[in-house]
Amino acid sequence: MILSSLFFYLFSAVAIGAAVMVVGSRNPVHSVLFLILAFFNAAGLFVLLGAEFLAMILVVVYVGAVAVLFLFVVMMLDVDFTELREGFLDYLPIGGMIGVILLVELLAVLAGWVFAPEVAATLPEPTPAIETTSNTAAIGAVLYTRYIYFFQVAGLILLVAMIGAIVLTLRHKANVKRQSIADQVARTPATAIEVRDVESGQGI
Amino acid sequence: MSAFVQDYVIPGAIIIGQSLLLMVTLLIFVAYVLYADRKVWAAVQMRRGPNVVGPWGLLQSFADLLKFVFKEPIIPAGANKGIFLLAPLVTVTLALSAWVVVPFDAGWVIADINVGILYLFAISSLMVYGIIMAGWASNSKYPFLSALRSAAQMVSYEVSIGFVIVTVLLAVGSLNLSDIVLAQQTGLGTMAGLPASLIDWHWLSLLPMFVIFFISALAETNRPPFDLVEAESELVAGFMVEYGSTQYMMFMLGEYVAIVLMCALTTILFLGGWLPPLDVAPFTWIPGVVWFVIKVSFVFFMFALVKAFVPRYRYDQLMRLGWKVFLPISLFMVAATAAFLQITGLA
Repeated sequence: MILSSLFFYLFSAVAIGAAVMVVGSRNPVHSVLFLILAFFNAAGLFVLLGAEFLAMILVVVYVGAVAVLFLFVVMMLDVDFTELREGFLDYLPIGGMIGVILLVELLAVLAGWVFAPEVAATLPEPTPAIETTSNTAAIGAVLYTRYIYFFQVAGLILLVAMIGAIVLTLRHKANVKRQSIADQVARTPATAIEVRDVESGQGI
Repeated sequence: MSAFVQDYVIPGAIIIGQSLLLMVTLLIFVAYVLYADRKVWAAVQMRRGPNVVGPWGLLQSFADLLKFVFKEPIIPAGANKGIFLLAPLVTVTLALSAWVVVPFDAGWVIADINVGILYLFAISSLMVYGIIMAGWASNSKYPFLSALRSAAQMVSYEVSIGFVIVTVLLAVGSLNLSDIVLAQQTGLGTMAGLPASLIDWHWLSLLPMFVIFFISALAETNRPPFDLVEAESELVAGFMVEYGSTQYMMFMLGEYVAIVLMCALTTILFLGGWLPPLDVAPFTWIPGVVWFVIKVSFVFFMFALVKAFVPRYRYDQLMRLGWKVFLPISLFMVAATAAFLQITGLA
């Protein structure tokens, strides 16, 4: 137990430090790299909780795909941060107020958090013991049975977003030559080349 | 105090010992994999290949190592120093850390975790960071273009690798790598009443996925014919243009460790891991780890042959292959495998 609490403090401290650096660092690319570090430590915390499936999915989805796109965009945009910081003091009162309200709300929610007394009886799917099922199987067992509609709706939302992105970016221009692999493969010597008998000194 | 030693110090020392042993063995293996790669390539082109350092050139890789280490590391003036030096470290650390979950024989694994295959998938999707960081930090045109290319390429091929893994998982019902190997003890052959043999392994029952996985593994590790990241005719040496000495060597090392990892993953998913090809006397006498190494070497031999035979893909064709060919096929195969397992009741 000493070791896991030691690692808990290590992961939490690095995650918080990295999160501060995401906001604080001058170079936007460094910010994204610190964000990745924060994701990693969050994954470490998941492992300590025994949720190894969630930890791996966090790394695969957020670090392996989402953060790559962030990094891509930030590298391409070449954001000038000194320009962005110019109006910092003007926006500070409004921004600070929103931050304080959010913090108070979060604290209020956390402070008032109690389990309803009947919750134990109404739990539809009690958590299986860790010895009998791996947590991948346990998540699958509830996700695809009890929460199947939520799962399907989430999938539909993603599908709509994907179609939207494709519609926004796909343009068929009339005068662009496109490669058709099937046409190329279907070509034979008979359709592709012509043998001409050229007399010497004449040319075609 | 003695409980502390019993619970933490002794297991910790054992884990560190195992990891060191694995790492040293792996690095020596990689040195000879590099040598084999060059020899195969040379043989295809009817050259001799490395044959000067040591008998038959066997010490060539070590000579190269010394050469790189003793050169002066050069950091370009415009480079982002910290990230420039971090990039090769990230590449090599990720490549090595993936090996903790690889089972070499029954029980021969450092971390036998439940989500082993997901761990490997996560690590291989992180390998792109070494390249992006190197490309950006170099602050130079060619590395940057190469980094953009590689990010798109690796993200594209991960999708089909993911679906291939899902198909294997459907057939096995576990994410543990040892379970995946053990599940291949029974299969097509044993169902037909034959003794356990190599036709039980997934390469036959999931043949289309085996082919897709092999090609996607080439693309994921930036091996020819998909080495557009370092296409020398267009991008000089790609993201490694500004690197020299030890940093360059670390990139090469990370790349080859990742390639051997992909060979090992192919072996585990499709070629029955440490299982012997026939479950009868002379084959079962040979320890499983030997079979594992033989299979990994065979897959690497195929990687090396592809490098020697196939000309480089054009970038748009690479993207077409990933998104328009592999993705639909692998998605269809996931659905088809799931339906088949459900209908026949094999799941």
